[in-house]
Amino acid sequence: MVAFDEMTGSGAELRPAYEALDRWLKETPADQLALRRSQAELFFRRIGITFAVYGDEDSTERLIPFDIIPRVLTKPEWTKLEKGLRQRVTALNMFLADVYGPKECLKAGIIPPDLVYRNACYQLEMVDFKVPHGVYCHIAGIDVVRVDADTFYVLEDNARTPSGVSYMMENREVMLRLFPELFSTHRVAPVDNYPDQLLATLRSVAPRSAPSDPTICLLTPGQFNSAFYEHSFLADKLGVELVEGSDLLVKDDVVYMRTTQGPKRVDVIYRRIDDDFIDPLVFRGDSVLGVPGIIGAYKAGNVTLANAVGTGVADDKAVYSYMPEIVKFFTGEEPILKNVPTWRCREPEANAYVLDNLEHLVVKEVNGSGGYGMLVGPHANKAQIETFRRKLKAQPEGFIAQPTLALSTCPTFVASGVAPRHVDLRPYVLSGANGISCVPGGLTRVALKEGSLVVNSSQGGGTKDTWVLDA
Amino acid sequence: MLSRTADSLYWVSRYVERAEYLARILDATTRLTNLPHAYGGAGTEWQSAVSTAGCEDTFAKAYGEANERNVCDFLTFNPDNPSSIRNCLAQARSNARAVRTALTSEMWDAINGAWLELQRFEKTRMDREEFARFLDWVKNVSLVFDGSAYRTMLRDDGYWFSRLGVYVERADNTARILDVKYHVLLPANEQVGGSLDYFQWTTVLREVSALTAYHWVYREAVKPILIADLLILNRRMPRSLAACYESISRFLDSLGDAYGRQGPAQRQARKTLANLSNTRIDDIFQHGLHEFIEDFITENNRLGNTIFEQYLQ
Amino acid sequence: MRIRISHTISYEYAEPARHITQILRLTPLDHDGQHVMSWRIEPSIDGRMRATRDAHGNVVHSFYADGPISSLSIHIDGVVETTDLAGVVRGGIERVPCDVYRRDTLLTEQDEALRSFAEETAGGAGTELSQMHALMAAVNGRMTCVDATGRTGVGAAAAFQAKEAIAQDIAHVFMACARHLGLPARYVSGYVAQAEDLPHANGAHAWAEVHFDDYGWIGFDCANAICPIDTHVRVAVGLDFADAAPVRGARQGGEGELLNVLVSAREAEGRLSNQ
Repeated sequence: MVAFDEMTGSGAELRPAYEALDRWLKETPADQLALRRSQAELFFRRIGITFAVYGDEDSTERLIPFDIIPRVLTKPEWTKLEKGLRQRVTALNMFLADVYGPKECLKAGIIPPDLVYRNACYQLEMVDFKVPHGVYCHIAGIDVVRVDADTFYVLEDNARTPSGVSYMMENREVMLRLFPELFSTHRVAPVDNYPDQLLATLRSVAPRSAPSDPTICLLTPGQFNSAFYEHSFLADKLGVELVEGSDLLVKDDVVYMRTTQGPKRVDVIYRRIDDDFIDPLVFRGDSVLGVPGIIGAYKAGNVTLANAVGTGVADDKAVYSYMPEIVKFFTGEEPILKNVPTWRCREPEANAYVLDNLEHLVVKEVNGSGGYGMLVGPHANKAQIETFRRKLKAQPEGFIAQPTLALSTCPTFVASGVAPRHVDLRPYVLSGANGISCVPGGLTRVALKEGSLVVNSSQGGGTKDTWVLDA
Repeated sequence: MLSRTADSLYWVSRYVERAEYLARILDATTRLTNLPHAYGGAGTEWQSAVSTAGCEDTFAKAYGEANERNVCDFLTFNPDNPSSIRNCLAQARSNARAVRTALTSEMWDAINGAWLELQRFEKTRMDREEFARFLDWVKNVSLVFDGSAYRTMLRDDGYWFSRLGVYVERADNTARILDVKYHVLLPANEQVGGSLDYFQWTTVLREVSALTAYHWVYREAVKPILIADLLILNRRMPRSLAACYESISRFLDSLGDAYGRQGPAQRQARKTLANLSNTRIDDIFQHGLHEFIEDFITENNRLGNTIFEQYLQ
Repeated sequence: MRIRISHTISYEYAEPARHITQILRLTPLDHDGQHVMSWRIEPSIDGRMRATRDAHGNVVHSFYADGPISSLSIHIDGVVETTDLAGVVRGGIERVPCDVYRRDTLLTEQDEALRSFAEETAGGAGTELSQMHALMAAVNGRMTCVDATGRTGVGAAAAFQAKEAIAQDIAHVFMACARHLGLPARYVSGYVAQAEDLPHANGAHAWAEVHFDDYGWIGFDCANAICPIDTHVRVAVGLDFADAAPVRGARQGGEGELLNVLVSAREAEGRLSNQ
C-alpha cells in the first residue's frame, strides 16, 4: 500500500505548493533544523511547562511533540474542503435539531431509530427543547484524512468538546518566531483570528433575554484536566473568565459567577465539561465538577451552553456510518466529503465479513475515543486480533470496522532526517446564529512512528503547522 | 474578578510568606542550638520551633521527640505536614497554576521555578551547610516572588488580594513568635539576666530580621520590652503587627474604593489598626502580653474569615 | 381504593446552608386506574418553586431557597383513588419511544452473573409475559428486600451479588435482566398502601415496568412478588432510580446534614371530610 505523499504526490514529482519548502529543506543543513527543533521545544516547554506538568510525579501530561516541517494545502484544495466541512456541519446541526424535535429522519428510515434512542448520548432532557438560535454544535472538529490528490475522507466528527485548537494557534506562533523567512516566501492564510471568530460565535447565540454585551465564560473541569492548558489559553485569548463548576451558582434558574463584587449573571457558557458531569441534579449525581441547576437554567432559556447538551448522538461512530445519507437528507445535496467505507458490526453479514478479515481492517469501539479501544489489523499481533474477535462476537453492536486507509504522508523531521509520516487534519468549524465560519487549515496530527497510522497524541502522535497558501 | 481567582492569589502569597517564615524559624533555632550548652541551656529550642510553626499536634503524632533531625525533617520536606516548607510551596504553586493567567509571567516563573528547584533539594542528602543554603534559598524564593509581584502586577484588585495574603500571614507569623517566646520577654526573666536570655532575645529579633533594625531604632542594649515594642507597635518595622495592619487596612480600603462598597473587613481592620496605634507597650505588659497576643491571633484569624466571606467565597 | 399519603422529608444542618437547590419528582398524575383527588407539596421555608415536565412526562419541581437555612422539610399530603388493573398502565403520558427504555444505565449495567441468571430464568417460560412473571418470581426468590432507612442504592450487579437490597435495587436487578432479554424496562417510584398480604407496603416504594408489544406497559413489583394492584400509587418513571428519584438536591454550606423521612400511605377512612 503506497500512500499519497503531500509533497511528492503519488510519484516522485514535486507538487507545486511544496516547491519553495523543498528548496528550503534542501538548503538548510540538518543540524540547523535540529537546532530549530530544540528551540521550538524550548518555546513549548516555556509556555506548556506551566501545564504540561513537567515534574509532577502524579501526572501523565507531557509535551506533544511538534514537527517543524509544515503541512501545506493550496487555496483550491482548501476551498473544496471548506465547502465540504460547511455542508457536513450544517447537516450535523440539522440532524440534532431533528432527532430532538420532529424526528423526520427516523420516520423516513434514514437511520435505525434504536441507534438514536438506545444511545446513551441521546439526552432525554433535550427532547422537544428548543436550543437558543437553533444551534447545537457551535464548535466542531472534523477529522479528515487524505488518500489521493482529490479525495478527502471524514474519519470522525467531533461534535462534543473537540480540543486541540490551541495547538493550531501555538504551532503557527512558534513557526512565525523560528522561521520568519518562510513566511516571506509563502503567503500563508492567518489562523490567529480564531479567538475573534469564536467570540463572535458565542456572542451570537446568547439568549434573547441577554444584554447586548452578554457575559461569556469558559467552564473547565479544572487544572487536572489534560486539556486545561487549552482552556486557560482560550479564556485568555477570548478575554473571558475561566470558571470551574464551583465558581458558578444557579438561583431561580439564572446562572451567576461568584466574583469579589458579588454574583454576576452569565449568559453564555463555553463548556469543556462532558454532558454527564455538567449538572449533578440531572446527570451523574457524583459529579463534583458540574453546576447544580445549570440544566434548569438552560431549559428556562436563561443561559446558552456551547456546545448544546446531547450533541454526542451525532458523532457516535455507529451514527457516523449513516452520515452520507444524513447529509443528503437534510441538505438535499450530494456529500462533498466522503465517509470512510464502514462495516456496521451490528449487521450480522457485515460482522461476518469483519470477523473473516480482521487482519486487514481497523476495528473501532463505537463509544471509544482518542485511539483507545481500537484494533489496527495489519499492525496487530495474533493475540490482539483474537481479543477483538472475542469482543466482536460477544457484543457486535459495540463496534464498527473500516479498511486500513492509506493516510497521506508528509515530510517530517525525525531522528533519521526528513522522512514521510502519515498525517490527518482536524479543521475547526464554528456555527453561530449568523452562519458558519472556519479558520483556514486546522490542526495536522502526525504519526511519528514509521508506518504508524495512529496520530492521536495519547498514542505517540505529534503535530504540525498547517498552511493554506493564499497565492 | 472571580472569587476563586482572588482566593488563589491571596493564598499563593500566604503560602510563600509562610514558607519563608518556616525557613526563618529553622535558621534562628539552628543558630541558638549551635551555642555551647552553657548558653543554650534548656534544650527545648526545637520543641519551641514546632510550637512557633503552629503544628505541635501533627508533630507529636508523627515523631514524638523534638530533636534537630525530626523537627528539620518535619518542617521542611515532610509531605504529611500541611505546613512544611515543601507543602507550602506545593500549595502556592497549585494555587498559582489554577489562576495562571491572573499572575504575571515573572510571578509564575518565580513560583514554578521554585517548585522545580525544590525537587532537586528534596533528592539531595543535606549536611548542615547544605541545609543552611536551602534555608537561604527559601527566603530568596519569597523575596523574588514578592519582588516580582511588586514590580510587575497591575495595581488593581488582583494585586490587593495578593498583598492582603502577605500581610495577614505575616501578622500571624510575627504574633506566633511572640506567643511562643513571650515568657522570655516578661519582666520576671529580665532579672535572671545572663547570656541565655540575651541569646533568646536576639533569636526573636533574628526570626524577623530585626536585629540591626533594633539598634537603629532604639540605640540601646537589647531589652525585652523594647523588642515587644518593635514587633508589636512600631510601624517602621515592616514585620510588626502595626505595620502589617497599616498595609492590610490600606489594601482593603483600595478594594472598598474600587468596588464602591465598604464592608465588615474594612471596619474590622481599621479597628485593629486603631487599637495598635493607641496602645502603649507599657499598657500591654500591664494587662498581660500573653493575653494581648492571643487576642491578636484570634482577631487576625477572624479578619481572614471576614475577608473570605466578603470577597473570596 | 382511596389512599391517603403523607410524606415528610426533613433535613437538618449542623452548619446552616447558604443556598439549597432541589429537583422534586413527587407529584403523581392521572391515568387509567389512578386519579389524584388532592395533592400538595409544601416546603417549610420560603423559596421559589417552578414546575416543569421531564422527558418521561413526570412533573418536576425545581426548588430554590436562600439561607441561612438550618432546617428544611418538604411535606407532601394527598389523596389518590386507585383501581386494580392487574399492573397494566394505560392512559398516561408517554413522551419518548419505548426503545429508550432498552438503554443500559450505570445502575442497571449487567454483569455475567446477571446475564446468565436472566437467560436461565427466562429459558423455560413461554411468552414474553410469562418470562417476566418467571423473572419476577426468581428475583423475589433470590433477593431479600431490606428497609431503605439510612441506606443508598448500589446498582443492579452489586445488589444481585449481595442478595440483600433495598427496593430500588431490586427493581434495578429486574430491569437489568429484562433489558438483557431485549425488553424495554423502566423504573417507577411511588407509594404502596398498607395491606395485609403485602410485606413491603405502607410507604415509599419502587418497582419496575416492562413494555410488551401486545399489552403496553405492565408493572412488576418484585419485592412484593405481584403486579401492582390498587395499593400502588405511581409517582414518577425513568431509566433508573437516578432518573426518577423523588428528590435530588445540592446545597452550599450546610455541612453535617441529617435526613429524616416519615411516610405513610393508608386507605383513607370514610369520606374526605377530614380534609
